[in-house]
Parts: sequence; structure tokens; C-alpha cells
Amino acid sequence: MSNYSADMIPKKRLLSLQLDAAKFERASDAEKEQHDVMRESTTFFKDGMRKLFKNPLAVISLVVLLLIIVTIVIAPMIVPYKYSEMITINGKRDRSAKNLPPFTYSQMELKAIEEGQEIFPHIFGTDELSRDYFIRVVYGARVSLSVGFFASLIVLIIGLLFGSIAGYAGGKVDLVLMRIVDVIYSLPDTLMVILLSVVLDQVLGQSLQGTVLASLGTNMISLFVVFGLLYWVGMARLVRGQILSIKTNEYVLAARAMGAKSGRIIRKHILPNCMSVIIISTALQIPSAIFTESFLSFIGLGVQAPMPSLGSLANASRQALQAYPYKLVFPALGICLIVLSFNLLGDGLRDAFDPKLRR
Amino acid sequence: MSETTLLQVNDLRTSFFTDSGEVKAVNGLSFSLERGKVLGIVGESGSGKSVTAYSLLRILTDSGRVTGGQVLFNGENILEFSPQKMHSFRGSRISMIFQDPMTSLNPVYTVGNQLREAIRIHTDRTPEQVRERALEMLQLVGVNEPEKRLTQYPHELSGGMRQRVMIAMALACEPDILIADEPTTALDVTIQAQILELMQELQHKLGMSIIMITHDLGVIADICDEIIVMYAGRVCERGTADEIFYNPCHEYTKGLIRSIPTIGANHDKLIPIAGNPVDLLNLPKGCAFASRCDQAMKICLTDAPEEIRINENHIAACWMNVKKVYDEAKEEESK
Amino acid sequence: MSNHPLVDVRHLKQYFTVKSDMLTKLQLKAVDDVSFTINQGETLGLVGESGCGKTTVGRTLLRLYKPTAGEVYFDGNLITDDNINHYRKDMQIVFQDPYSSLNPRMTMADIVGEPLDIHGLYKTKAERRDKIAELVQLVGLNSDHMRRYAHEFSGGQRQRIGIARALAVNPRFIVCDEPVSALDVSIQAQIINTFEELQAKLGIAYLFIAHDLLVVQHMSQRIAVMYLGKIVEIGPADEIIEHPVHPYTQSLISAIPLPDPNAARKRHRIILQGDVPSPLHMPEGCPFRSRCRYATEECAKVCPTLEEVSSGHQVACYHPQG
Repeated sequence: MSNYSADMIPKKRLLSLQLDAAKFERASDAEKEQHDVMRESTTFFKDGMRKLFKNPLAVISLVVLLLIIVTIVIAPMIVPYKYSEMITINGKRDRSAKNLPPFTYSQMELKAIEEGQEIFPHIFGTDELSRDYFIRVVYGARVSLSVGFFASLIVLIIGLLFGSIAGYAGGKVDLVLMRIVDVIYSLPDTLMVILLSVVLDQVLGQSLQGTVLASLGTNMISLFVVFGLLYWVGMARLVRGQILSIKTNEYVLAARAMGAKSGRIIRKHILPNCMSVIIISTALQIPSAIFTESFLSFIGLGVQAPMPSLGSLANASRQALQAYPYKLVFPALGICLIVLSFNLLGDGLRDAFDPKLRR
Repeated sequence: MSETTLLQVNDLRTSFFTDSGEVKAVNGLSFSLERGKVLGIVGESGSGKSVTAYSLLRILTDSGRVTGGQVLFNGENILEFSPQKMHSFRGSRISMIFQDPMTSLNPVYTVGNQLREAIRIHTDRTPEQVRERALEMLQLVGVNEPEKRLTQYPHELSGGMRQRVMIAMALACEPDILIADEPTTALDVTIQAQILELMQELQHKLGMSIIMITHDLGVIADICDEIIVMYAGRVCERGTADEIFYNPCHEYTKGLIRSIPTIGANHDKLIPIAGNPVDLLNLPKGCAFASRCDQAMKICLTDAPEEIRINENHIAACWMNVKKVYDEAKEEESK
Repeated sequence: MSNHPLVDVRHLKQYFTVKSDMLTKLQLKAVDDVSFTINQGETLGLVGESGCGKTTVGRTLLRLYKPTAGEVYFDGNLITDDNINHYRKDMQIVFQDPYSSLNPRMTMADIVGEPLDIHGLYKTKAERRDKIAELVQLVGLNSDHMRRYAHEFSGGQRQRIGIARALAVNPRFIVCDEPVSALDVSIQAQIINTFEELQAKLGIAYLFIAHDLLVVQHMSQRIAVMYLGKIVEIGPADEIIEHPVHPYTQSLISAIPLPDPNAARKRHRIILQGDVPSPLHMPEGCPFRSRCRYATEECAKVCPTLEEVSSGHQVACYHPQG
């Protein structure tokens, strides 16, 4: 062996170094223990949240989403217009307030301002039926968001139940249930929505009259039905896969060796461990549902007029796209912001909470 | 640097930059490897032994970075090579085999395909010569029916056979140094014996140097000429195999040797090392091993020990050795 | 003391059906006619290479898998599907992987307390807490860390939590399934000592499964060596290590890497040729004959059965050595 950098300290020099003899006394256990630092305790959740807040994109998305939600909750209370009614001045319909650009007033309104009245500005302008466009976009966002949320909820509930049963039972049950999933997977979803909305319109049209559901329209109901019938299969597959992989963990075997019953194993061991993946995938399901809704509304299968949704607003603006481009820009921007934020937030959640990506 | 020194590592430092902070995986490592010798690096998980190997070949993951030191191969610093030069350097001069032969072979290509690829990258042989070389390599590592193996996929081979193929690939371009990162850990005892025997045989035949990285003191004792014992990214002790096993001068090495059950009718209680592995994110001041050491002194908690030469074949970084010299000198003086 | 062994395994078989492709189904004989006994407070070591079925023996014994054939008697009583839940309190298991054997979403207190919850072994919350603290201290962990999650502990500490969980129901028998193989050398010795101390204190019997002969030899009074689903040699630990009779055991012992350079230089290794045959395509007759130096035609016909060579030392070989 050659060229070792350190050399034996010569005996003479060592003493001349005046090493402190006290330093060579035995260290007590207490001193040693102090030396051994144990890392600060963090829970899975705390650790994940810390990671999430270190991700700038996820934080920005979260802020944007919160702003959008606050806006759509509060705006209708502040803005004195209704999404379904024409602008009225002193009880008179203002027919001159058609297709106003943002932050402008109609002739009648200008007159009223001169008379000393306060008129709330049309932030996004007005539409061709003299309705305030801002409030329509806000309501559209409300509709889109709630459709996305409830559709995802339906997907979550059905997919979770179906997938858990298939994954936990295994064997023949799993085989049969997953073939059903395969069949449903192969159905063309857009076609199904169109067919269902036609069928449901005839079947439900009468009985819905006068109920809350009527304002949603049969198209919306068929949309939910389609989500409930078709879109849960992805979730079911995901849940099944998660459960299958968690089932092989030794802690599940340990629980069985202890004599734990199936219910307890699912509740205590399996579900808590696949929850994060399920929540993440639900968060990513919301934008896809919003997108589907917008798309269907855009091709005219969405909510019943006069109820707006971001997609139907965008559709309506098509007719006068060159004259009034802002009417497309606002709802389109809304869709983009919502979908992008949910996607980025979902990605951030996955990075922070997915056990597979953790080290 | 002497004539026979092939690789000289000076004060190598490698860190991983994670969300939770900097992890100093290798913390000032120096050693030299001579031509035709087998160097063993032994340590527990987290001791930095594998990271050392990855740093030498510059194949660290994204979050890892060499933060200091030199790696001199024949006097040239590998750490300053351009990516292109490094690319041709890997495999031709230093190559590596890994712990898990299943994941280090690509499952979608045949064995022959991957072996020929390894040969083709670094040489300009004709396809016919490449094929011959591939067959020759398989015969060299003791694979039976080499012709048939060339057309097989990795999953058709057993673990031991796969590790042999990995060794054949690593040796295809006659490297000067073979780094073996826990090459037998995933294998059964009887297969492990086969692979160790093969590595020894090849080393004699080809005259290359081997850096053997393992946690198994038995494997180290079996085939290594020199040994480095690592703990928490630092060298505890290095020296010839006999020195390390029969004259250990670091409390950690002593503890390791004591804690292994011995063969034969011996049911005495084992003497384990107390405590838990050190947390690399919160490396303590002083000696990282101090909190687990029964001999720990006050100085161990405050100052990191220097590497001290015990004799010409042995260096250790433990304050106990300084204390010994100090006590002896004092005794002499009082006389 | 009763005159029957604590655990008596008779002709245990565990076959799995494996699909090799769409149509053909193959039978994997993971455990093929294995019999052994374990006495009160005794440790039986079970060694073998990966895929030899040693883990399956442990799990089938506890009915985590439904056995294909054979009986298991605990304390003289036949264990069936109906009464197994009654015996779960007497027979426990410690797993190999300290990472996957603890639920990452549970705290140490919840993990150790789970068996207490399942069997209703406490009356008040305070009693539960005290019992958990006692168990945690018994295995050498700090009871201040009760609220910490499993992932905050190191490998050795996690393995201790796993042991505390197994001890919670006061078992008389624990299957230790490679409990130290995933641990660092310096931690292994700690855990081995913990097992030994617990045995001395509580009189628990172990089935100690491992591939490391040095560890098994240290832990066990008797050792059984498995090869491809069968026990090829069983006997007192020291005798197996010092006077192995089966050619497989001999090569296994000679292949142990010794942490002693001089001994390693001197000794003569018996290097086995070839690989373990796939358990899906087992050779006829003795499973070891394809790698055995002494194999004859006789070995290819009928598989040898365990025969006594000396008191308590049985071997399944037509050509016992030494």
C-alpha cells in the first residue's frame, strides 16, 4: 500500500501538541445519547403537505382554484345582474345594451348615470340578449365545476366499490367483474351520451317538469348517468390494481396471522394505503369531467338554456366570433384555467403523496 | 504515486441534494488501488460504499453530485473528463456489475444481442468477429451451451447464469478495473460460491483489478487483498485483509467482527453493536460512530478522528489509537 | 410436561397451480411431504436456498395458505379451518421484510396494539396503553416513541416492532421467517439476541427460517435442511454443521463465506455444478441428483426417504457421506 496521506503522529509531537487529557476520558451514556439525534417526527400527511407547498406550480394552481371558487361563490351576491335576465334600468328592459364590450355602458345606462344613478360596470360586457356576460361566465363556471365535482364523485363511489370487491375477493369474482369492466371500456362514450340524452329526454322529460332537475335539463342528467355507467371503469381498474398490490404486503398477512377478519383488514390496512392514490386520481378526474361537459355543451348537448356552462357560452360565441372575440376568450380562458389548475394540482399531489414516488 | 498504482482517489466527496437537505453520502474518502489487486469496500447500508462506486464511474442519479476530490486513473482525473470521453472510458477501462442481475439486463433483448452490443460499443470489429468474441466471453465465464444462450432472453436464465452473463459483458472490452457492487447478495449460497470462484479465477487469468463492494465480511475475507471499512461515508479503517481481520484498530470493525456468529459448536451470546445506524441527514459532530461505541471518549463527540497509520499495511481513523500512543508516551516519560 | 411435542407437522404438502401459458397448467410442489416436530421452548432451524419452500412451510403451518394435504397438530390437537382462529393466539409469525411487514399508516402503538384489539385482550384504554408499553420495552424499544409512524424507525427497530406485535397475544410458538436477512450485520446480532432472551424468559418455541447457516446454527437446537420442497437432512444443530451427511448439506456448509481470511484460504470448497432445477420441472427420483457428485441410477428411480443415521439425525440419501 502506498501513498497514504495521513501518517502516524510521532510520539514526541503528540505530547507537544498538548492534547487535553480530559478529552480522552470516557464519555457518559447521557453525552452519547445527546450525540445521537433522532429526526423530528413527521407524519405521512405533514410530510406530504410540506412537499406539496414546496412545489410552486401546485401552490399557484391551488391559489388560482381558490380564487375561482371564491369568485363564483361571492360574485352573484355583489353583482346586481341575473344570468337569465336582460339588464333593466328603472324597471325597463335595456334593449340597447346588446353586445357591449367590457367595461362600457349602453345609452340608457349612460343616461341613468347622468341622472345620478350608480350602475354596476359590465366587467366582461354583455351578450346578444343584453345579459351581463360576467355573471353568465360566473354561473357557467359554477355549473362546470359542480358537474366536474359530482361526476367525479359518482365515478369515485362506483369505481371504489366495484374495484374493492374485485380486488379483495380475487379469483372467479375478480375475473367476472373485470370482464364487465372490459366490455364497458369498449363502448364509445360520446355516442352513448348522445343516445342516452335522446332516450332520457323522451322517458324523463314529462316527469321532470317542475322539479329542480328540470333546470339542469335532460342533457345534464344523461351526462351524469353516462359518467355513472361508463367512466367509473378507469377508477375501478385503478382501485383493483392498488388493492391487489397492497394485498401482497406482509402486514396484511400479519393481520391475517393475528386472526383479523376481512372487514378489519380492508378498513385498517388496505383502504388507508390506497387512499392517497385514489384521491389523486379523483383530483385528476375532475378536469376530465369538466372537459367532457364543456365539449358536450359545445356540440349542443350540454345544459338547458338559459342555464349557461362554459362550454355552451363558448359555443354561443362562435356565431359572432369576428365581431365579438372576447365572448369566446372569457369562457375559454375559464375552462383552461380550471382544467390546467386541477391537472397541475393533481400532479403536485401525486408527487407529494404517491407512495411509489417516495423514498 | 507509485508505478503499480492504477487508481488513486483523493478526498472524494459526494452528496445527494434532497427535499430534506443535503445528504453527505461520501465524506472525504481516499484510497489507492494497485494493478492486479482485489480491493474490498465493506460497510452497512448507508455507509456510502455503492455511492463511491457510482461516483468513480460518474453514474450518480440526478440529485447526486460529486462535490470535491480527485479520482486519478493512471494520473488523469476522471472527474474532469468530458461526457464523450467518459462514455468511452466506461466499459473499456472501468466496468461494473450490479447486485441484481435481473434488472441490469434488458428483458426485451436476447443475451447475445446485449453482449454483442457491449463489445461493439468499444471496438471496431466485424460482425463475425463480434459474434466470436461473444461466444469466447461466455465460455470464459463458464456458461454451458454458449451458442444456445446467445439466442435466449434474460428471463430464461437462472440468477447465477445471469450474473455470469453480466460479468461476461463487463469484461468484454478487457477493462483494467472491474467494480462489483454486491455481486452475490441476490444469489444463493451455493451459487455465490460459484460466482466468487469464477471472479477469482478470471482475476488471475486476466490480471485486472477488482473493487468488491459488499456488506458481507465473509465474502470480503474470501477474495480481497486489501479492505476498506466504511461507516457513514467515511473510512474507518483500511489495510490488508489479515490486518483488518486479525488486528482491527477501529471500534466499529471490532464490533462487526464480534457480532457475526462463528461456525462450530458455539452457542455463546453474540456481542452486537448497540444503537441504530446513523442518520445521514443529521450527521453528528465528531465521530459518526461515537454514539454506538462502548469505548467512546469525550473527544469522539466533538472532533472527527484523523486517519492514523498503524503500520505500513494499516490505517485507521479512531481516537482510541491516539489515546494508546498518548498513554504509552506518558508512561515512558514518567519512567 | 406433556409427552407430545408442541408442534407436530405430518406429511405437509402445499402445491400451487401455475399457468405456464393459456392452456397448460403446471403444478408447483412448493412443499412436498414435509414432517417435523418442535418441542416446547425449542428452536428448529430451517435452512435452504431461495425457492426451496421454506417460507411456504412456515405460512402453510399457520394456515395462511390452505394446505394441499397433511396435518398440523398444536399441543396434541389437530388444527383445522374451524379452530385455527382459536390457535392464532398461540402461534405467531415474524416476517423478513421490516418495511413491508408494518403498515405505514399506523403508529407503533397501533401496530403493537392491533392483536390486542382483535382478541379483546384489555378492558380499559389505560390497560391497553400499559400492555403496549410493556411489550415495547420487552423488545428493547423506547416507549416514548409510541406515536411515531413505522417509517420513522430504522430497519432493526422496525423488526423489533414486528416482534412486539407477535408477542402481544402471548404466543407459545413463533414462526420466524428470515427475520434478520434484511438487516445490517451489526443490527442482526441485536435481533438474534432479542430472540434468544425472549425464549429464555418466556419459553417460546421457534421455527427459525433462514438461508444463512451461521445464523441458524447459532439460534437452533436442531436444524432441518430443505431442498426443492423436501427435507433432506434433519438433526441436532452441531451435528449437522460438523458432521453433515447429505451431499447437499455438505456443499452448503462448505460454501458459507467465512469472515476469516486464513480459514478461507485453507479450506476446500465443494463447488456445486449447475443451478437448482426449476420446481416446475422437477427431476424424477431424488431432487438433488442433477447436481450431486455421488448420484447413481438408483437415485433417478425413487426419491429417498428420511432414514436415521444416528440418534435424532435423519437423512434422505442413498449414498450418505461421512
